[in-house]
Amino acid sequence: MKSTPLSLLLGGLLFAGGAHATAAEHVHASHAWIRLLPGDLPAGAYVTLQNDGDQPAALSGASSAQYADVMLHHSSTAGGMSRMTMVDAMTVPAHGQAVLAPAGYHLMLMQPTRPVKAGDTVVLTLKFADGSALDTRFIARPANAIDAGDEHAGH
Amino acid sequence: MKPRRIFFPALLLALGLLLAGCHSNEPLPLRLTNISGHMPDLDFKLTDDLGKPVTGADYRGKVTLLYFGYTHCPDVCPLTLAQLHVVMQRLGPLADGARILFVSVDPGRDTPAVMHAYVNAFDPRAVGLTGEPRAIEALSKRYRSAFSREPGSADGNYEVTHSSAIYVFDRAGKARVLATPSASQDDLVHDLHLLLDTGADR
Repeated sequence: MKSTPLSLLLGGLLFAGGAHATAAEHVHASHAWIRLLPGDLPAGAYVTLQNDGDQPAALSGASSAQYADVMLHHSSTAGGMSRMTMVDAMTVPAHGQAVLAPAGYHLMLMQPTRPVKAGDTVVLTLKFADGSALDTRFIARPANAIDAGDEHAGH
Repeated sequence: MKPRRIFFPALLLALGLLLAGCHSNEPLPLRLTNISGHMPDLDFKLTDDLGKPVTGADYRGKVTLLYFGYTHCPDVCPLTLAQLHVVMQRLGPLADGARILFVSVDPGRDTPAVMHAYVNAFDPRAVGLTGEPRAIEALSKRYRSAFSREPGSADGNYEVTHSSAIYVFDRAGKARVLATPSASQDDLVHDLHLLLDTGADR
């Protein structure tokens, strides 16, 4: 047990910078889905992130071969008005989770490079503020879906 | 004495009529915010998603759910329309008496063709309405609903802030219920049942 912190430290030194890659190593993604919209309209992507690490992780965005542009957004409703704002990062607390879900945080997927249809799997690379990245498989769902369609899995 | 004798039965009759009247006009036990008498009747001049000019009068006989949004809205608008689709499904065959009217506050990008593909991805009873910016503004002002466009990213995209309310009108085009996207689905189904059960088509 005593060797664990030491090996972590050595591992960190070996990979040139202890903070590098740790966020992606500690974060696990589940319930990843995309709400498809017709034509080239931007789509929303949602995912639950679980952080097993001792440090908070900061999701800063994502990229994908399937979409020319991906942005991290936050929807909010105040005083009966809905608005959408771009955000720099979303924190996944240490030993906690953060949820990208409809009417809250979401990844806005723009300009599909080829058509996506319901049932397809799309890989998005989640990017963290420390520079680490996590490839995640998202299931494409129809426009009128209300969730990932896997509500009985993982609960 | 004589005028009084006439007056009394007349008063009773009037009271009776009043009570009878009250009974048949008893306010519907709506669960969501009841806006009966507080908002103007459904009225607009827009273009539907088939490119046909339409007015509020074209939807008389249907219970209508009016919602403002835009197609380049990947999160809240689709969520609201997906939830309304679930509500329509829960109404079963009764839902044929209802229409979701999705009004674009972004007519520059939302052509009838774009609106057609968009609304049909959610529900067959959804209608996409777009039109002259002035006509959309007039409709939005009529229901004290607001929207604004904000300069957005460098590639010419812009963000639209819009009212999240859903206005429900009865078959006569009278404003009856104000719902928010966070309203309970059970309550919306309940209220739509009441409005759909009241008065058959026309």
